[in-house]
Amino acid sequence: MAFLWFNLALFFELFASGGFIVYLIKQEKWVFRCSYWILIVGFICHTIFLGYRYYYLGAAPVLNFRSALSFFSWSIICVYLVFQLKFRLMVLGSFIAPFAAFLMTISSAMPSMQGPVKFMFKSLWLTVHVGTIFIGNGLFSVAFLAAIMYLVQEHQIKHKRLGAIYSRLPSLATMDAINYYSIFCGFPFLTVGMITGSIYAQCVLGTYWQWDPKEVWSLITWLFYAALLHERLAVGWQGRKAAIMSIVCFCILIFTFVGASLWLGGYHSFKSLEAQAF
Amino acid sequence: MKIISIGMNHETAPVELRECIATEPGNTARALASMRDVECIREGFFLSTCNRVEALVATENAAEAKRSMTSLISVLGDIPQEGFSSCLYTFEDTDAVRHIFRVASSLDSMVVGEPQILGQIKGAYAQAAREKVSGVILNRLMHRAFHVAKRVRTGTGICESAVSISFAAVELAKKIFHILEGKNVLLIGAGEMAELAARHLMVQGVSSMAVANRTFDRAVKMAELLKARAVSFEEIGSQLLEADIVVTSTASAEYIITYDQVKSSLRRRRRRPLFIIDIAVPRDVQPEVNNLENVYVYNIDDLKGVIELNMANRQQEAVKAERIVEEEVLKFEKWLKTLAVVPTISSLRDKAKSIVQSELKKSRSAMGELTSAQEEAIQTLTLSIAEKVLNDPILCLKRKSAGGALNTYLDVTRKLFNLDRYNGDT
Repeated sequence: MAFLWFNLALFFELFASGGFIVYLIKQEKWVFRCSYWILIVGFICHTIFLGYRYYYLGAAPVLNFRSALSFFSWSIICVYLVFQLKFRLMVLGSFIAPFAAFLMTISSAMPSMQGPVKFMFKSLWLTVHVGTIFIGNGLFSVAFLAAIMYLVQEHQIKHKRLGAIYSRLPSLATMDAINYYSIFCGFPFLTVGMITGSIYAQCVLGTYWQWDPKEVWSLITWLFYAALLHERLAVGWQGRKAAIMSIVCFCILIFTFVGASLWLGGYHSFKSLEAQAF
Repeated sequence: MKIISIGMNHETAPVELRECIATEPGNTARALASMRDVECIREGFFLSTCNRVEALVATENAAEAKRSMTSLISVLGDIPQEGFSSCLYTFEDTDAVRHIFRVASSLDSMVVGEPQILGQIKGAYAQAAREKVSGVILNRLMHRAFHVAKRVRTGTGICESAVSISFAAVELAKKIFHILEGKNVLLIGAGEMAELAARHLMVQGVSSMAVANRTFDRAVKMAELLKARAVSFEEIGSQLLEADIVVTSTASAEYIITYDQVKSSLRRRRRRPLFIIDIAVPRDVQPEVNNLENVYVYNIDDLKGVIELNMANRQQEAVKAERIVEEEVLKFEKWLKTLAVVPTISSLRDKAKSIVQSELKKSRSAMGELTSAQEEAIQTLTLSIAEKVLNDPILCLKRKSAGGALNTYLDVTRKLFNLDRYNGDT
């Protein structure tokens, strides 16, 4: 049952990504509209899948790499759909949808989890912790993609290459605004996610903080984003430097998400999450 | 009925010839009036702009119409016919339709895709329609031409990209700042080009404008023209802190804006993007300024490069536009052909109607007293019988109107129903 919804979501998201790429090349509005609605259908399937898994496990479905990636992809699409309402920037989908579909494809190649989850994961704190962190991650992904688009467009304008790429990408100010806006919104989510995480740790492990590798790396990520936000607000960083910095921040975020969970061990690692499930 | 188009444009005629006709105001009215007077011209349309003269007529007698149009142009421009007949082009029927569609869609313009021509054609058509010189065919043709122009404009990128220096600069500014509302502009140098660029920027809603010039007098004059502030040449450094867009156009031999100057202002500008348009030759801005963060310098050659690129794009889009024109020409031809069926169909209907009336008159006395409702019923009955009988032949004719065998069908119909000898008074 869950498998079916997962595959439907994967199929529609891939299909929509294809459409968005065709839109980027052909610049036909109806292609965008079709892809947009296909993406919404994919998103609905994805939501049903997550809801079903949540109901089935009784805990947030992020306990192994497969489901964490799928949840990541879901939150990116979620953020994109909200952003589309605000910015109405059609070209954004051509970058975000393929990225989300890419994560979803990796997710589909991972082994799925069997067996029941440990009782300690069935806590509302965990759900809030994971939910806020992932929405934050989704926002940071959008910021990352906007930064890449910014740098590409900036390069075109700076070097006077005003061809097909130049005409398809939006203005520098727009992409800078999206980058700023998504980091500005993503940062509180990350903060709340970390706080609820430590409250949850106090509830089930008896300590707020125990220098787990993922905790440390999350803190580093948080500090980097805090620095970027500070520079933007206080020093007036914008444009190229802010874009590069947000790409650096996102790389650290991805390392925290993938590296710390897979290789560095600790109780956050998927190995330990899954091992405890048996 | 034939559609004939006679005219000259920027390619066929030199400017000395075109201006003879274009400069005279009221020429269009005179042309339309004389078109009405010519016997063989059924409908007419006359357009005269600085780049072209177009006369479009619907006529039964093509040769005669051409002759009178040529002499009309010669009278209007006060030029002997031998002087310009080699500069004229003449199109007939399909070619004339295609020509007017291309003109309206700005495919025949000097700058392909320029938008003014459509407005000019609309104006000229409104005049022709007002003076009732245009009729069924030209009304339809011109409305189709407007439709084609709209399709071309929305369906292709032919009007999209800028092809003048100042437009290209505004477009670039938009790609950097997204909206220009609330931006500050600094003009250095009070030349004509700078003024043009400034006007384009003002249309976009920039919030303030400052003008600096070596001779302060001219700066003040220009500032008055543009409703801007005049600042002295020494203030440029401090003005750089405020400005978002700088346009330089001085005749100065050395750089007005240097690398160090801009670099030192960056921090105090809080790294806001700065767009510098340098249309001066020799250049006013040190080229290295472009290497600074969030600073973009475009000189005259860069802008010319943009325009050339856009021109090439337009040429590519023009191919798409020609296809649209071709489609619409085919549609119009189809309509024209149905027009050929119209007289036959209407005389067919007329004949049936008059037969019905005369037969009714004959039989009326035998029917005795009738109420008005009964009378009406008999009228309707007889007429609808006649119409039902004719319905299939008429439909058949309409269907055949697009095919090649139309004339045979028309001929047979006229013979079968004896339409040519029938004059409505049998």
